[in-house]
Amino acid sequence: MSRAYIEFRNVFFRYSEDQPWVLKDVSFRIFSDQWVAIIGHNGSGKSTIAKLINGLLTPEKGEIIVDGLPVNEDTIWEIRRKVGMVFQNPDNQFVGTTVRDDVAFGLENRGVERREMIRRIDESLKAVAMADYRLQEPHRLSGGQKQRVAIAGVLAISPQVIILDEATAMLDPKGRKEIMDTVNELRTQERISLVTITHDLNEITQADQVIVMNQGEVYLEATPREVFLEETLLQTIGLDVPFVAKLANELNKDGNIISKQPLNQEELLEELWTYHSIK
Amino acid sequence: MNNGILIGQYVPSDSFIHRLDPRTKIMTIFFFVIFVFFANSTLSYAWLTLFALTVTFATKIRFIFILKGLTPVWFLIVFTFLLHLFVTKEGTVLIEAFALKIYSGAIIQGVAISFRFFLLILVTSLLTLTTTPIEITDAIESLLHPLKKIKFPVHELALMMSISLRFIPTLMQETEKISKAQASRGVDFRTGPLKDRIQAVVPLLVPLFVSAFKRAEELAMAMEARGYQGGEGRTKLRELKMETIDIISLITFAVVILVLFFLRT
Ligand SMILES: Nc1ncnc2c1ncn2[C@@H]1O[C@H](COP(=O)(O)OP(=O)(O)O)[C@@H](O)[C@H]1O
Ligand SMILES: [Mg+2]
Repeated sequence: MSRAYIEFRNVFFRYSEDQPWVLKDVSFRIFSDQWVAIIGHNGSGKSTIAKLINGLLTPEKGEIIVDGLPVNEDTIWEIRRKVGMVFQNPDNQFVGTTVRDDVAFGLENRGVERREMIRRIDESLKAVAMADYRLQEPHRLSGGQKQRVAIAGVLAISPQVIILDEATAMLDPKGRKEIMDTVNELRTQERISLVTITHDLNEITQADQVIVMNQGEVYLEATPREVFLEETLLQTIGLDVPFVAKLANELNKDGNIISKQPLNQEELLEELWTYHSIK
Repeated sequence: MNNGILIGQYVPSDSFIHRLDPRTKIMTIFFFVIFVFFANSTLSYAWLTLFALTVTFATKIRFIFILKGLTPVWFLIVFTFLLHLFVTKEGTVLIEAFALKIYSGAIIQGVAISFRFFLLILVTSLLTLTTTPIEITDAIESLLHPLKKIKFPVHELALMMSISLRFIPTLMQETEKISKAQASRGVDFRTGPLKDRIQAVVPLLVPLFVSAFKRAEELAMAMEARGYQGGEGRTKLRELKMETIDIISLITFAVVILVLFFLRT
């Protein structure tokens, strides 16, 4: 079935020798066709993890394995072909002079034949609802629109793992949901892994697994439901659980009203309703 | 943008000049610039002017608009004329005032040189008026391709140009943002003694440079992450294609040049 697609083995990393460790003894596994959310406060090392995965940074100690290959000088180009990564700042990853040219960049680098390139650009721009902006220049786009284009750029190269580093932060909630649904659909269809990096616990509900980072260490590794149960623990590291989870936890303080930690309002409603009917 | 400076500014239109392959335009202009110096008779000048005006007309951009756009270079043209007027000492003396003598040859020379200059600028500005910067970049990459054999970094040069094109508007927006932020804190760039104004620019430049370097670093990383490994083995989305109209245009231009040699004295 699924196998470990990305594996960190006791990884230590710092930006330079006179600086403190940014990642300390980090180990985890991400399976193919899984959605893993990495969460943590600002500066906890999330973006650093992303950059280590495709060899933009190299660990000082420990080992990183992607699709069975250890990440090193000889393998980085092969690995980068498989990893589609979207960074935090959409402006500084926009290479092309127009939307179409930017989505083409990754395809051009991979030597994709021109006709195939045009087909894939059209398809992926449609998927992020940016097809009408094909010839638009980047400085005429909003932050959210640039993020859509960046995601289209990743969809176009059909990678085996998609890493989104706070890549939807500038979208409104509705737009964010649409994009995440599109990406998630692609994940289940193509059976690829998805890694989303965020500092907002509201965005982890759909993930299969959550890695909570705190000051460069893996603080907790669990399912979203289990994570939401740890409200006080999370608060000590500066993370706030969503309202639904808070309410459920509060209700449970006066006896076991909620048997299964709800991820959204519907589930909470379901829990409350069944509790009432049992009584 | 309506600040009247048209040099380096693209004006969209549906003319056939706009649709020509940018390489056709660059080659034509390159040779025009050379052959302008071969004109030596009134007739040969008239012939080149006719050619330049026909092309200008064919761009469907209003002539007044183009002339206005050349405003900043009028000064240079007039300066060239005056320089020749006072320096050249040929022919008969026409005017003698104070210590100055103006010769008939000087007027002819002055008119000829400044007119040549005008033709050069008119035709080169037609390139940027009818061709987008990115097309020019693609054309340069394609035309310089043979230089790859002597290890000239053609692809890198073109990439650098296209990234500059991509980031110039972004940096302009940023400059405006920072200058507004500084102005709101009472920094004044526009009035006062020059020294104060220069000092006021420092808090504008420093954040701009810091941010430009940060951008460059992040961009380099993003390009690598997207699989950029240099020009080797890359395909291209934007394609240049020589059509029949390009061949016809080049042949026509060759004929124009041939005729020019007959009109020389
Ligand atoms: N290029 C860099 N040089 C030096 N230190 C850096 C650099 N990038 C990030 N850091 C530091 O590394 C730590 C982790 O950063 P990062 O991985 O970006 O965190 P996150 O993405 O979780 O906000 C922070 O303390 C940050 O200041
Ligand atoms: Mg980050």
